[in-house]
Amino acid sequence: MYVIIAGAGKVGWNLGRELISKGHEVTLIESDRGRYLTVEEEMEHSIQHGDASELWVLERAGVVRADMVIAVTGDDEDNILISQVAKEKYLVEHAISRVNNPRNLEHFELLGIRPVVSATDLILRLIEHEVPHHGLVHLLDLRQEQLEIIEVEVVESAPAAGAAVQDIVLPEGSLIVSVLRDGSGFVPKPDTVIQAGDEVLAILSPGDEARVCAQFAPSVNGDGDGDREPEPQAT
Amino acid sequence: MLVLIVGSGRTGAAIAKRMLKEGYEVSVLDESPESHALLDHGLDQSWEDSGGGFTVGTALEVDALLEAGIERADVVVCSTDGDNTNIVVAQIAKKRFQIPKVVVRVHDPYRAEWYRQQGLQTVSPTQVAIEMLTDAVLDGGGSGAGDVIKESR
Repeated sequence: MYVIIAGAGKVGWNLGRELISKGHEVTLIESDRGRYLTVEEEMEHSIQHGDASELWVLERAGVVRADMVIAVTGDDEDNILISQVAKEKYLVEHAISRVNNPRNLEHFELLGIRPVVSATDLILRLIEHEVPHHGLVHLLDLRQEQLEIIEVEVVESAPAAGAAVQDIVLPEGSLIVSVLRDGSGFVPKPDTVIQAGDEVLAILSPGDEARVCAQFAPSVNGDGDGDREPEPQAT
Repeated sequence: MLVLIVGSGRTGAAIAKRMLKEGYEVSVLDESPESHALLDHGLDQSWEDSGGGFTVGTALEVDALLEAGIERADVVVCSTDGDNTNIVVAQIAKKRFQIPKVVVRVHDPYRAEWYRQQGLQTVSPTQVAIEMLTDAVLDGGGSGAGDVIKESR
């Protein structure tokens, strides 16, 4: 696979090195001359100096034959436009973009730039997972696909506590995919009885969190956002 | 009719003052409070007293765009010093806020051309300069003088 990586910062450089070690052909593009010279000592001909948001720089790097373009510069505008021209002008099949400022995510979505990776967002999720104060953890959001996976701890008073999986009433399109109990996980069968203290992984449509949570942890604010965001900031 | 100017450097500030003079309502958004000085320059009274609006904020921040009045803007001019910022803001103005007329400055002629094909009204100062300079060279310098030289040949 031929991969063009825009931005040879920490992410781009390491990504390039890993992809090369896996046998892929890689060209890094870096606009800062000093950074380019540093990386060039190791990467040699696999890095080019230039502004990857300029069309001629992408063309010089061979964008027309690229299988994938990864935009990981420190500028969200640049990442948006690099992915946009890669896909829409040069018909590159895959483009992955980095979101530096999570508040810009809505712009990526508006302009159809996906998939995207946001380090801030990933770390926020890890914090939630490591410090599960709220009972509800968003494990994965696939916005475009309208799916998400949540983890919720079953409380004593919940309707689901002591009930068999087949008897738990969930919204259409929701499914219990795994149960974590005493440190190990298993896929539940219809007759598996859910216990208080179990951590339940459920797949569901966005917007159904409240109804799903009502079965396992009625006190949890199912809409998530209002409840989970203040935590990392407070510490 | 409200004209929103995003980016108040030499170009943006000049357009803003011109539009105000033509009788339009004008709102200016720039990330630097210092850019305000350029708006005041050459006016009898301050920019605000002349009727202009000014908001400090980053162009990609929706809150800043809203504060600058993008929701009721009829025209948005993207004239920051960054091509990429201009192109992204222009697309946000068109797609999210349905602004009827969006004018974008794009220095890079290649991208100006491609985004024009995608439906953005781009203006490339570089392209304008290329054409004027080329004409000047082919004409033997200056339009009037060139005609004389050509005629005398």
